[in-house]
Amino acid sequence: MKRREALAKLTGRERYVDDLPLEGFLWGMTVRSPAPRGRVTAIRFGKDVDWSQFVVVDHRDIPGPNVVALIEQDQPVLAAGYVRHVHEPVLLLAHASREAVRRAVRSVEVAVAPESPALDFRVPPAPDQIQYGSDNVIKHLKIEKGEVERALAGAPVVVSGTYETGAQEHVYLETQGMIAYLEGDVLVVKGSMQCPYYVLKALQHALAREEPLVRVIQTPTGGGFGGKEEFPSHIALHAALLALKGGRPVKLIYDRGEDMAATTKRHPALVRHRTGLTRDGRLVAQDIEVVIDGGAYVTLSPVVLSRAIIHAAGPYACDHVRITGRAMFTNAVPFGAFRGFGAPQSQFAGERHMDVIAGTLGIDPVELRRVNLLRDGQTTATGQVVRDGTDRLAVMERALELSRYREKQREHAAFNATHATLRRGSGLATFYHGAGFTGGGEVALKSRLRVAGSPDGGVEVLSANIEMGQGTLTVFTELAAARLGLAPEDVTIAEADTGRVPNSGPTVASRTTMIVGGLVERAADDLRRRVGLDDSARGAAVKRAIGQWHREHPGEPLFGEAAYEAPPGITWDDKTYRGDAYGAFAWAAYVAEVEVDLRTCSTRVIDFVAVQEVGKVLNPTLATGQVQGGVVQGIGWALMEECKWRDGAMANNQLTNYLIPTSDDVPSVRVAFLENPYPHGAGGAKGLGELPIDGPAPAILNAVARATGVDPRAIPLTPERLMELLD
Amino acid sequence: MEISLTLNGSPVSLTINPGDRLLDTLRYQLALTGTKEGCGEGECGACTVYLDGLPVNSCLIPTYQVRGHRVETVESLDPGALEPFERCGATQCGACTPGVVMTAWWIRQHPELLGTHSIRELMAGNLCRCTGYDGIVDSVAEALRGTGGKRET
Repeated sequence: MKRREALAKLTGRERYVDDLPLEGFLWGMTVRSPAPRGRVTAIRFGKDVDWSQFVVVDHRDIPGPNVVALIEQDQPVLAAGYVRHVHEPVLLLAHASREAVRRAVRSVEVAVAPESPALDFRVPPAPDQIQYGSDNVIKHLKIEKGEVERALAGAPVVVSGTYETGAQEHVYLETQGMIAYLEGDVLVVKGSMQCPYYVLKALQHALAREEPLVRVIQTPTGGGFGGKEEFPSHIALHAALLALKGGRPVKLIYDRGEDMAATTKRHPALVRHRTGLTRDGRLVAQDIEVVIDGGAYVTLSPVVLSRAIIHAAGPYACDHVRITGRAMFTNAVPFGAFRGFGAPQSQFAGERHMDVIAGTLGIDPVELRRVNLLRDGQTTATGQVVRDGTDRLAVMERALELSRYREKQREHAAFNATHATLRRGSGLATFYHGAGFTGGGEVALKSRLRVAGSPDGGVEVLSANIEMGQGTLTVFTELAAARLGLAPEDVTIAEADTGRVPNSGPTVASRTTMIVGGLVERAADDLRRRVGLDDSARGAAVKRAIGQWHREHPGEPLFGEAAYEAPPGITWDDKTYRGDAYGAFAWAAYVAEVEVDLRTCSTRVIDFVAVQEVGKVLNPTLATGQVQGGVVQGIGWALMEECKWRDGAMANNQLTNYLIPTSDDVPSVRVAFLENPYPHGAGGAKGLGELPIDGPAPAILNAVARATGVDPRAIPLTPERLMELLD
Repeated sequence: MEISLTLNGSPVSLTINPGDRLLDTLRYQLALTGTKEGCGEGECGACTVYLDGLPVNSCLIPTYQVRGHRVETVESLDPGALEPFERCGATQCGACTPGVVMTAWWIRQHPELLGTHSIRELMAGNLCRCTGYDGIVDSVAEALRGTGGKRET
């Protein structure tokens, strides 16, 4: 099936939040902190503005607790006399003229008595920089398997390495934005978001307003990548506060500069490895330390750290593993969810380290991985027994074949010997990604979903999971249609409106197709039973029965329902970090071929092969597009996307000097799937969305190391960084 | 001030302020919201429209500058001709898509450009964060051929 909403998007008819008609509204804007830390001593309103024409909101206008409710209740909606990061929201303004409100924002001065900020998460804070606990550590986590110190002491070889990854900006093409208005007594907030029920929870908490007096509606969302997981709650609250105080609808849309400066980014990370091996490359012990920069509030950092450490040891068998993780408080703009959620950082380090090990031992990186890749019956770092029947060696072998890895090595040797200034090389990464919430997370979410039957015999899927480009509307349509034997035209997907749809959980963590899709199937089954049919009834019989039910029950609602149930045999202990971290892992092997220009020190990816086992592929065009997009986002993270920091603020918050890949910067991404249907995923599918960003960076840096003989340990590997290494 | 232009084939007169951007005039004054703002500084191409037949970033064009000229937006395109883009995965989130389609359509009208430039070079002014570009490049190649065929990179 073609993407359901494709034609609306291609013709410009799809209406995003800033495209919606809105009568008599005010433009909202945010006045922000100029300093990374300190007491707000004064807020001065310029005399050049007639302030009586503006709605002005500060923290005293918040009806409930001044908190954006998330994991911890530490982040204010608006700073109340103290700021902890640059661009922290202090004041909100609204006016009918966008130009007037822009001028007004520039006319407000927030005076801050500066205090010593913690700006480098890699070094211990000075005493006067401590702002969280006794050491600025937001979260400590640890995984232990076997006896690492003893195993390391006895290992014939120990290889150590330190690896670093930088922040990454999401650059969803639609910037963040919300509108808020009152419909009678009901506050309606609409906008670009991944998690309508997160936004609802934040509104209820800070506005002290319960359902049904508050309602959240997702509008078509122009990309998210995690950037619209937790952050939209802030904008929703800001727009709502202005609308409530001003008594008129408010539209609050960030421009690109504000979006890049003030919203979350991928957590920077520092990863240290100490690995014990036999001389022929068998892993004996892995001692890994993962440190991430959380920024100025807790936000989602503990969960990002969790996924980072769970993935840090890679898809390898090793009896003795210790992984410690720390998320650090700093006075940076808080870092947040970004596709991969910690796993890209830790697997960059792990996969780059595998090649460093191979170099140290003098063995082929392919052979090193072949010896250590998990076989069924072996256990991951958390002790999860892998028994899904996937042949992980075959995944790697397919990537080597498709990329002509071995032939290319000979060709590269010949090429490099004859070119004065160009060097070519190929690099490999083998990796995995756990789908859905970690451990007992999916059980705690208690996701629910409905499939309603309409009088015309069609069905409507009611879910809080949203479309942001990844294909939810299409895949849910396909799943419901296939389950009931209906045509796609007989299926509609309800707008994600908390006033109408049940809470099927957030659209994150590669969970929508695999987990929520399963609820679509089961709710469809339930609907069929409610109209008196057994599970074998399909197509016209189902439509007839739904129509008949409505004739017999005029005016009554008809729906089937499903609630999440964990697959059997899953156990997880959140205290010891032992057990089944995920219901399913997707497995992958990626090969990058690069060409490095020794004159400009620039690296170009000239071929990319992405092979993965993701269970059953439900829609090949959508799945391929997800992988290609993830790979290119990974190429950007590996080679060009660099956040430049100045006193805790992003200095290059514009697309002129924060560069993302263009069509001319990247090759065609060649994608192949091996299929091993997952019995507990919708249609046999496993999660796919995040996997493809885990592999490109290590594959590319391994290729650069092969091509040039240098040993890069940090990304982005910009020409400037590579120049230092080549010198 | 009053200005007149030809918009999507029809004459239009409107009152503007001297500093108005063409992008804002189209979106907020004329309700032609198909044209999107991605960056506001001419880097991303989401706001691509044709000015006298040439693709331009409407965020960089003062509306005053188009008086007496011809402007065409995504709303002027024939939806029936977009089938290859639908089939080949040219759109995911859709925010860059109208701009992508406008540039792609322009390439289709000027196939001679492919004698000196690749599709990837010609599309490089339109940033997309979702597709990795393969779906876009394939769609343009398909649209140029008018039939199914081999991949063009």
